[in-house]
Amino acid sequence: MSLTAYVDGIGVLGPGLNGWQETAAILSGRRAYASGPTVLPTPSMLPAAERRRTGRVVKLALGVALEAIAAAAADALLLPSVFSSSGSDGHICHEICQALSLPAREVSPTRFSNSVHNAPAGYWSIATGAMTESNVLCAFDASFIAGLLDAMTQVNVDRRALLLVAYDTEYPPPLHAKRPIPDAFGIALVLSPQLTRQSLARLEVALTDEAFATMREPQLEALRASIPAARGLPLLEMLALRGAGRIIIEYLDTARAGVQIEPCR
Amino acid sequence: MTPQLLKHFTATSCIGTGAPATLAALMQQRSGLKYCEFETVTIDTHIGEVPGVDAQRLPPALRKFDCRNNRLAELALLQDGFLDAVQAAVDRCGPRRVGVFIGTSTAGVLQTELAYRDRDPDSGALPAWFQYATTHNSFSVADYVRQRCGLQGPAVALSSACASSAKAFGSARRMIEANLIDVALVGGTDSLCLTTLYGFHSLQLSSSAPCRPFDVARDGISIGEAAAFALLQRVPDSLDRDAVLLLGVGESSDAYHMSAPHPEGLGARRAIQSALDAAGLDPADIDYINLHGTGTPSNDRSESQAVTSVFGATTPCSSTKGATGHTLGAAGALEAVISALAIRNGVMPGGVHTNCIDPTLTAHYIRANKRAPVTRVLSNSFGFGGTNCSLIFGSAR
Repeated sequence: MSLTAYVDGIGVLGPGLNGWQETAAILSGRRAYASGPTVLPTPSMLPAAERRRTGRVVKLALGVALEAIAAAAADALLLPSVFSSSGSDGHICHEICQALSLPAREVSPTRFSNSVHNAPAGYWSIATGAMTESNVLCAFDASFIAGLLDAMTQVNVDRRALLLVAYDTEYPPPLHAKRPIPDAFGIALVLSPQLTRQSLARLEVALTDEAFATMREPQLEALRASIPAARGLPLLEMLALRGAGRIIIEYLDTARAGVQIEPCR
Repeated sequence: MTPQLLKHFTATSCIGTGAPATLAALMQQRSGLKYCEFETVTIDTHIGEVPGVDAQRLPPALRKFDCRNNRLAELALLQDGFLDAVQAAVDRCGPRRVGVFIGTSTAGVLQTELAYRDRDPDSGALPAWFQYATTHNSFSVADYVRQRCGLQGPAVALSSACASSAKAFGSARRMIEANLIDVALVGGTDSLCLTTLYGFHSLQLSSSAPCRPFDVARDGISIGEAAAFALLQRVPDSLDRDAVLLLGVGESSDAYHMSAPHPEGLGARRAIQSALDAAGLDPADIDYINLHGTGTPSNDRSESQAVTSVFGATTPCSSTKGATGHTLGAAGALEAVISALAIRNGVMPGGVHTNCIDPTLTAHYIRANKRAPVTRVLSNSFGFGGTNCSLIFGSAR
């Protein structure tokens, strides 16, 4: 069985990629790509007390999620969500492991509660007031497709629109040497079971054995290969080109994901 | 939702290695909690430590996965003929049609904690022996199970703190219904580590005594560890008399606070109601509720209000965490297996370590085992980030 959904809104943040409009211009060849550190927005929607506690991973996830929701003209309060990431907050993880390696072993309670993999999903629900369910996934380098598959099954089985957020941030040293994610990258998609006024394209997803696509532009390919969420770049490229076609996206060693794309407008 | 069959299941926690030992401990109301002597930890607390984890070896080809969390997963996979049942599923459907859905909160982060003590004194670099992908990363345990069982279908770790492995059932049942797979290996594995022991201690959420869910003097959790697995599949035309079905999954978010539950249990209530709706059941159809019941003052108060608001004050309920400890990301899967054992064996396990039930908690908490036919069980799992999941299991009779 193949799974279908409509893309109603897109959010993107990454090195030299500030939002979907700018990213679409780059991916469709209308604008040259210039790499630079990822710029993360301040999550102004969070209450001040919570805002102070949020690290880069929360800023990234909320930033791309908000852009996608706005583009889809969707109500965040009503949408279930899928958050997929290879890691939780790498800086907090480092601080806790560092603290535990010292004799006093003083772990900050706030850091501990923010260390959970589902912290961005928790902050999203606090920020939006959404009491809908939120699924939080990890599949290491395969996290983008793991999130997309979970989202597509929700759209198709439960027949409801949802928000998919795939995002990754870096670890500081010394963990960085063991998991060298260079910078923050996130993609958010609002997916809907039926065509809406905002629908940009129809996706049809199935598992396949075919060889996966890479990016022609070397710097973008370096991004795709080094940040799990950036494995979605070939899909974004197809969406930016607004053409019909099929793209194979890297997933596990035992499977790839084939995505058929039909533009809606 | 369409009911699905819990074809085979197993659980390993401090009360028992494998399902028969788990059942025996529940029947005897035996707790596995003991004073914490784990690793170099110096916290005044009790823990639920699984015996034999350190001695467990992984197959040589999977040595790169070696860490406490994957050793615990391996120990659990070896029980109750579970690996044979997985192999039978692979033989029947093919390895690509079996998916893996494992809940964990900390995976093998203990390995990273140990590596930080072994950093190069000059450069600060982590030691060469430390393998991030196959031990620390949340996916490591799902990947271990996938490779150990030779599976080639979709594989994912679910990491929603203490609701992780309950939510694994939600993702798995959807992927089966979507016909991407025929069988799902669903479960949870979380193992003792310093991050959670010192972290909960810093939040003043862990008790020095064995945890006492719903007790008037309850003062926190006892951290435990567990691995529990089940095979989930479509319901076949004919069923054994003792078959157990997954009837409903309900999920929600509190949208309230990162580490404190909604004071009136609104998110929990929403998850419970949504599970009943998914199953097409009324509250009166539930015979027993396996509570999240962690033993912190606020968690139990919030959950009691949620349960009472849906069920009133008559449905028997209890927490098995006084016996097993709070096994965090594995709790949902462990308590799913306990729910299945309750249905198969006609027993509602009474909560242990609870001496004097808090009179302000209105849910009908049972302290003694109750022998009676158990047709349907609701199991609650809630976590940091305000994430909630309720599962309903039922007899096929």
